[in-house]
This record gives sequence, C-alpha cells and structure tokens, in this order.
Amino acid sequence: MNPVAGLLSGLVILAGLSIAARVGMAAGVPLGLPPVPVPSDNPISAAKIALGQKLFSDKRFSSTGLVSCSSCHAPDKAFTDSPLQFSVGIHNLEGTRNAPTLANAAYFKRLFWDGRTSSLEEQSRHPFVNPVEMGLHDYAPILQIVRTDAEYQPLVRAAFGEEPSALGIGEVKQAIATFERTLIFGDSPFDRWYFGHEAGAIGAAAQRGFQVFLQDGRCVSCHTIEQDFALFTDNRFHNIGVGINRIRGDLLRLTPQLLLAKARGINVDKAVLGDADTAEFGRFALSERFDDLGAFKTPTLRNVAVTAPYMHDGSLETLRAVVDHYNNGGVTDPTDRVSDYLSGGIRPLHLTEQQINDLIAFMEALTSPQFAALAAAQAAAP
Amino acid sequence: MDLDRGRRGFLKAGGALALVGALPVTLMELAFAKAAETFSFAFIADAHIQNIRGNEFVRNWDRGLIRAVAETNLLSPMPDFVVFGGDLAELGSRAELDHGAEILSALRPKLYGVIGECDYYLDLGEYWSKLFGAQWYSFDHKGVHFVVVNSVLTDDDWTHNRWPTPERRMREMALTDNPNGSPLMVGEKQRAWLAEDLKKVDRKTPVVVLSHAPLQKIYRGWNFWTEDADEVQALLKPFERVVVIYGHVHQIQYNQIANISFHSAMATSRPLPYPRSYAQAADTLPKLVVPMNRADPFFERDGTGWQFVNLATGRADVYYNLYNNGPRNVAFNPATSRPEDTTYQSVDPHPLPQQQY
Repeated sequence: MNPVAGLLSGLVILAGLSIAARVGMAAGVPLGLPPVPVPSDNPISAAKIALGQKLFSDKRFSSTGLVSCSSCHAPDKAFTDSPLQFSVGIHNLEGTRNAPTLANAAYFKRLFWDGRTSSLEEQSRHPFVNPVEMGLHDYAPILQIVRTDAEYQPLVRAAFGEEPSALGIGEVKQAIATFERTLIFGDSPFDRWYFGHEAGAIGAAAQRGFQVFLQDGRCVSCHTIEQDFALFTDNRFHNIGVGINRIRGDLLRLTPQLLLAKARGINVDKAVLGDADTAEFGRFALSERFDDLGAFKTPTLRNVAVTAPYMHDGSLETLRAVVDHYNNGGVTDPTDRVSDYLSGGIRPLHLTEQQINDLIAFMEALTSPQFAALAAAQAAAP
Repeated sequence: MDLDRGRRGFLKAGGALALVGALPVTLMELAFAKAAETFSFAFIADAHIQNIRGNEFVRNWDRGLIRAVAETNLLSPMPDFVVFGGDLAELGSRAELDHGAEILSALRPKLYGVIGECDYYLDLGEYWSKLFGAQWYSFDHKGVHFVVVNSVLTDDDWTHNRWPTPERRMREMALTDNPNGSPLMVGEKQRAWLAEDLKKVDRKTPVVVLSHAPLQKIYRGWNFWTEDADEVQALLKPFERVVVIYGHVHQIQYNQIANISFHSAMATSRPLPYPRSYAQAADTLPKLVVPMNRADPFFERDGTGWQFVNLATGRADVYYNLYNNGPRNVAFNPATSRPEDTTYQSVDPHPLPQQQY
C-alpha cells in the first residue's frame, strides 16, 4: 500500500467516525464490547477528544521533531506500525518491543507488554521521555508548545476550562487518554455471528476454528470471552516461552543484577526499552515474582489479522507461526528446550493440520469492519 | 504498582535477603545483622516423578520440579543449602529416582535428601541411599543442629510379610485413603539413635528436624500421621527452640506444640485437599488460618510451589513461592510464641457466616 493511500485511508477511518459519533460510541458500544471504563477524574468530552487527537499526532513532541504517538500507532495500520518487528523512534533508534495495537487498548487494566502502568493516562507520558522513542529530556517542550500554539489554545480552553498557561502534563495525559478511549472497534464477523446470532456471518472453517479455540487449542482460558462481550484478554501475564529462552543461559547473572539495579532506583521504563536482555524479563522486571519471569500481558485478539508480527518481541511473523508455537507446547523451534518458567497453562496441543487452519480462519474473523480494507490489502500484497 | 520502587520493594523479592523474625528490615539494618545467626535454606518436596514407559515421564510433575530447581537457583543471595523433602519418585523405581536426581543435579547449592514413602517402599530405600546417602543423619550448620529422619517406616509385618511383591507393597503405600495402608512412623531404632544424637546438643542450640511425614498426628486416613509422634516430640522437648519442616501433605500447614514449631512444605507436583481433622487431641491439630483457594485446573502449577526457610536465632520464617497466586509467609511471632501467617491474621473467634465477606 503506498504511503499516501495509507494515510488517506487512516484519515478516512478517523473522519468516518466524527467526534460526535465517537462520543456517542463511548456511551453505546459496538457489538461485542462492554462499556469503556472511564476514570471519574477524566470524563469524556468532544473537546477533550479533539485535543487528545491533535496531541497524539504531533511530531513536535520529540527531540528530532519527527516522531509522534501515531508514528508507532498509526491509524492506517490498525494503530500499530506493522510490519515492523520492533518500533523505531528518534534517529531510527530501535526499541525492544513490538508496538501493540491501541484499538481497544482502553479495556486493559495495565498498559505496556509488562504492565508497567495502570492507566492510559499514565502510559501516555512515558514515550515522550524515553531515549529510544521520542527522546525528550522532560515535558517542558510539550508544555511550551501546547500552552502557546494558536491552534492548541482554544482546544485547551474548551477541554479543561482553564487558561492554556496553566496547563500541565496531567492535562496532556488526560486528553491523550480520552482520545484513546474512542479507539474501540467491535462489530467483527465473529461478533455478528456469536453475539448478533447472524448465522452466516462467519464461514464453516471459522466456526470449526472457534471450537478449537474453546477446546483443543485451550485458547479461551487466557483470551477470554464473556456472555455478551469478548475482550479476548484475561488482563494477566503469562510466560508462553517467547523471548525468555534467549536469555536462559544468562539468567543467573542477569536476575540479581536487575534486582540490585532496581534497589538503586534505575528507571525501569528506560531499562526495558534500552536493553534487549532486560526486556525479556517481562512482568518480573516490575513485580520481582518468580511467577512473572518472562511473563507478558495477554493481548487482545481483536484485529489480530492486521497487527502482525506477533508477541512482545514481534518474533512470530504470521498467525501460523503463532499457532505452531503453542502447538509445540511453548517453543518456536520444536527441538528447543521449553522454558523452565513456562506458564502451567501451556502444554503441547497435538492439533491436526485442519484444526490449525480452522483456528487461523477463526482469528481472521475477528477483524472489525473499519480494518477490513486493510486486511484485504495485506492479503493481496504479501 | 508503577515504576518507582523503594528499597522495601527489593526485600519483598523472591531473591530477597533474609527477614529476621516477623519484622522486615531495611538494607541498612541487615548490613549489621549477625550473619552467623541468620541464614536461609530452600526446601523442595514431593516431586512425584512418574515413569509412564521407557524414557517417558509425566510432563506435569517433571515441569513442577524443573521450575522449582530453576527458581531456587535464582535466589540471591544463594541459600546455604537445599533440602529435598521426600517423594522424589511416584512408585520408587530406579528410572524415577534417576530422572528426579538428574533434574535436581542442576541445583547450585549443596543438596540434602529426606526420604519419602514413595521413594522407600519398592526397595526399602536401597537405591535412594545410593543416590542421596543415609536415610537418617544429622549435621551442624552455623550453630544450628539439623536432624534428618526417615519418618515413613511402618510396622515390620506390613513391610516384610504382608505383600507378595515389592511393587504391590509400593502401590499400597502410594495410595491415599487406603484401608490396606499402615501408619507411618519413625520407629524405635531411629528414636534410640535420635536420643543418642541429641545428647551431645546443648539445650540452647536451635534444632531443626527435616522430615517427610509431619511428626504429628493430623489425619490418619491419609497417613498425614506419625504413629510415634508423642515419643519423638518428647525427645525434642528439652530444647529451647525446635523447628520441624515436613513435606508429604502437599499443602500449607503450621502448628506449635510446646517448644516445637511445625511447618509443612508445598509439593512441586500437585496439591492435596485439606483433610477432615481427626481429633485425637485438640492441641495437636495444625491451625489452618487461611486455607488456599481451589487450584485452577487450567494452570498445572496452580496449587503447587516450593519454599525457602529463613532461620534467624533458631526461629523459622518460611516463604512459600506459589504459582498463579500470591506468595505466603509463615513466621514465628515472638509475641504469641508460635508460627503465624504474616499477612493473614487469626480468625479466632470465628466471625458469623454473614460476615465472612
């Protein structure tokens, strides 16, 4: 897809959802999704959404003036930077994580692959000051721009009822989070079939695949489905054998090193994105519990067909590779030794070829209509 | 919890330095603690490695032991030694003991073995002894006297005359809730050895007994039982501070009988439910203040775990590393002179049912 067409289709997605429509949507949700959780100290308003959207795409909030939130969470790429394995920030510096989609991220209880923050608000401020993302030293440049820019000033007044000169990073976070709370996408063929009871909404293969998802595939226990909505995440952290094996031989050295570094007060956000080895600790880097060694957050499966590559390190390029990894019992290469710290929920599945293909067909049925064109384009041009 | 962590956060880690008694300490205080009186050892138990056929073993039990060994190796600072608390094998076969020993061989610290009934009853401990040494022995470490016992013996007739084959005998003993079973005991010979061994130990020296069976009478139907518990406890009575760590029950139990603190170990393999208590005498029952939730069958490690014991001036503080669950910490409380869960308080007197939530 050529960049101009991509940009245009991204704008179409956002334009097609007018501000009002998105505010309305926050109240009445798409099929298959529950009401969006909204913190009581940051209610949604049209003005806040507009401000948040502008902040989200503003490249001036980076040290080079070239990187914004939308650089890695591009609207025309289902709010990822697919097909990049690792996200890229200022000076083309590569991080250690694959950018997760922001579509439906409003439903997560914790943000980042390792759950470093517990709100969209809190998450939004970290990339600004991360050396490999936007590379600012502090928030001053952001506040300087938003307080004085002629386009921002009326938005700030409308959103927060305060003079722009009084704006702090707290309001910036709240506006960005509010915008992100409108990025909810349901209404997939699966939703119409399962919650909408439309008999032909998904084909036979996907229907068989759904049974695999519930039974032999053992997927639903973590990629959860509820009675009248499906988030496809349990909001928990599991070691499924991705990434951790790379540092297996170094754990004896790295683990006490990490614990001591934390006791001395290092910034975990910077350590995790700046060092490939530290990045593999996953949730353990925060919780320091053995149960969390190499454990990463269960992502949503909504729109998974358009958010390749997969896993926290983007190491699995296709859905087939993902299913093979699970089928092998938590190793990508079947001759590899299984992680000692593997979640107790992961075991060899012994799926047949038919079951694997059906399961992939099911996952492809989780794409919301707003991304259907993107899915078609990706399928047409591999 | 967000990105900024204080020093206390470091101490909570599984790799933390020792806690003294029931009180957390700062890094500063620990720097001045008397290292000689404070040390840790890990306790891994009830692996139940099970041979299916040939070189094939039950994956679930293998993974439990592999994980406990891997995590023990990550403890920083390293524990002084590791105890394997018995029931390495499921049916006592050489294949099982070898496979289990191979997994245990990855442990960095020195390993002491305690025999369990599932290790013993096929060949009466012959192969176990080849791998792990004597079935009962003692050693001293940093001023603490450690005693290891074989607490899974039973009466001679059942052991030698009752069953046509060793395999049959092993299977009968391996069954829980078995009317053909026979109560576990330490036995007269070992008690005599223990009496002799303890003669040379000063009354003020802390004593730690490492056992598979509980050295208490908990529930006879499941052989959560030591037939000569009273006699064994009487031998330990003269000492000021005694700790008994035991496996076998696959659940968290803790108890205080006179001068002896009892702590059970979690199994790496699978949990057992809480037995209905068989009240021989009310004060010998362990106090289960906070029963664990039922294990989630999706996660095979739920309901399993391993532990390390911080020993400070002869008092035990047991940290349970559990999966899909928060950790538990049962430590000696000097105010009440017994082990208590450091997070959950006693619910005695019991609240009315309507107030449970």
